[in-house]
Amino acid sequence: MNAPLLELRNVSLHFGGLKAISGLSMTVQPGEVLAVIGPNGAGKTSMLNLVTRVFNASGGEMHFKGADLRRVPRHRIAHLGLARTYQNIELFENATVLDNLMLGRQRFDQGRWWQQLLRTPALTRMEEDHRAQVEAVIEFLELSPWRNALIAGLPYGVRKVVELGRALCTQPELLFLDEPASGLNPEETRDLAFWIEDIRADLGITVVMVEHDMSLVNAVADRVICMAQGAVLAEGTVEEVQNHPGVIAAYLGG
Amino acid sequence: MRFAYDTEYRQGFALLRHPEDWANYGLLAALLLAAPFFASNYILGEMAYVLILCIAAMGLMLLTGFTGQISLGHAAFVAIGAYAHAWLMRQGVPMAASIPLAALIAAAAGLVVGIPAIRVHGLYLAMVTLAFAIIVEQLIGMWRGVTGGFMGLSVPRPEMFGLSLASPTAFYYFCLAVAVVVLLGLLNLLRSGLGRAFVGVRDSEAAAAGLGINVKRVKIGAFGLSAGVTGLAGALMAHHIGYLTPDGFTLLLSLELVLMVVIGGLGSMRGAIMGAVVIGVLPVAISRLKAVLPDVVARQFGLELFVFGAILAFFVLFEPRGLNGRWLKLRALIQSFPLYRRDTFRRQKAYMKSERDK
Repeated sequence: MNAPLLELRNVSLHFGGLKAISGLSMTVQPGEVLAVIGPNGAGKTSMLNLVTRVFNASGGEMHFKGADLRRVPRHRIAHLGLARTYQNIELFENATVLDNLMLGRQRFDQGRWWQQLLRTPALTRMEEDHRAQVEAVIEFLELSPWRNALIAGLPYGVRKVVELGRALCTQPELLFLDEPASGLNPEETRDLAFWIEDIRADLGITVVMVEHDMSLVNAVADRVICMAQGAVLAEGTVEEVQNHPGVIAAYLGG
Repeated sequence: MRFAYDTEYRQGFALLRHPEDWANYGLLAALLLAAPFFASNYILGEMAYVLILCIAAMGLMLLTGFTGQISLGHAAFVAIGAYAHAWLMRQGVPMAASIPLAALIAAAAGLVVGIPAIRVHGLYLAMVTLAFAIIVEQLIGMWRGVTGGFMGLSVPRPEMFGLSLASPTAFYYFCLAVAVVVLLGLLNLLRSGLGRAFVGVRDSEAAAAGLGINVKRVKIGAFGLSAGVTGLAGALMAHHIGYLTPDGFTLLLSLELVLMVVIGGLGSMRGAIMGAVVIGVLPVAISRLKAVLPDVVARQFGLELFVFGAILAFFVLFEPRGLNGRWLKLRALIQSFPLYRRDTFRRQKAYMKSERDK
């Protein structure tokens, strides 16, 4: 086994007396699609928020490619090659799809402030390069009909795709998807499954997704982690986890 | 209907995209340049004043319309720019250096307010900036050695590189040039990475941070830049007024600036300019109207304030996207006539956002 891309060791997150996550340890291997499942309140999204530095971990260690994540400020996470989508869609509502995707390029060089002010030829070329990268994502996700539409007028399913596209525009190494299939119809979910396959195979991006839709998990995940009460309950292939007695108990009560 | 047939990306983000744009803005530029040949000195003075208001409104638009931070205290930055400029000129600093310095001083003041102010949002931010404006107004009144206190401070005559800008025509051209430079600079900024970062911070701080934007720095930077541009307007305003007293920069001016950006339409520089023109011209229009109105109405105290309030209420109720929104609709009507549908611009909720995590 090669060195893990992301490693959490004994991580905990406490809000006062509430222990959202306690003693969580997990690894993400490069090139895999890892699904994180678990009942509501298991700490799945909190885990994402810890890794992307929305929350400060109360204890434990988090390493991404050898970098100590607990020392990285929130706005530098993207620069390391970590991107994410959000459970409740955090798009820039009063901007166009194109602007949203261009915002995904913020971690790359945008030019010095005086270049931006004067719109120098070098900056125009830089903007064109960013635009070309964005267009590649637009083509990949078939967003071209919506390119100049305002987010505020888009249907839910398209917003989900735009958010995925924005994360891809940051050219991440590790992509976190927080419930990518929630609110999508079966057809959209099938599209999503193909995209996740392509993201891994063609773009070489490791994917970690928090998901409830077991058909999607079945279709794309190499490995599944089931969380319950802030810690890992079971880990393995889809069948192994689904047949794990503890997992069944956690979902059905027992 | 218009379809984009761009063959290069740079056509997509050009400032003047279409041949008509060149014609329209060319016509506008020609009109503005030719104004001194047919307008009286009084009109020219008013036009220069409106141009100064345009600059100040653009400064506030940057903050409120693009970064989503409300400021009820921008008159303070106008005042700081004006007093700094007047004081520097009285110390013998040439105008060419004094104006940028005054803008820098206002920007520094903006940073000083911005650093604590970004911790609060919305209404609370409005209160912090309001308090700041009141403090500045009082400080100007008290600090006699520099500002002349309530007695006021006379502003030296404008002169640049040996040329006098004191004549209405010269001052008008100067204001026009500064306004155009500021507008182009801001437009360039807004269609680059920094401008997108502003919009990102406005619409979702969480997502902006997740994409690698330093939210705090962008917010403080926007505050400083906005204050600097507004201070620049203040420096020009000093020459327009000629004699500075604290009561020239009261809460009313702050409110007028807010009115300009709201009536103009938040999130567009064209809106800032339209709003500034309307609010700048309104007092003159009202005073002209008074001659025609029945005596009871014309002599009514606070007629101006009433009209301001009525206009604001009208826009909030019927055209929340402001003059710019109205303009876009009118343009679409003309371009697509007779195929225009009223529903083209109707904002429909494609779905209701659930508020699960909030």
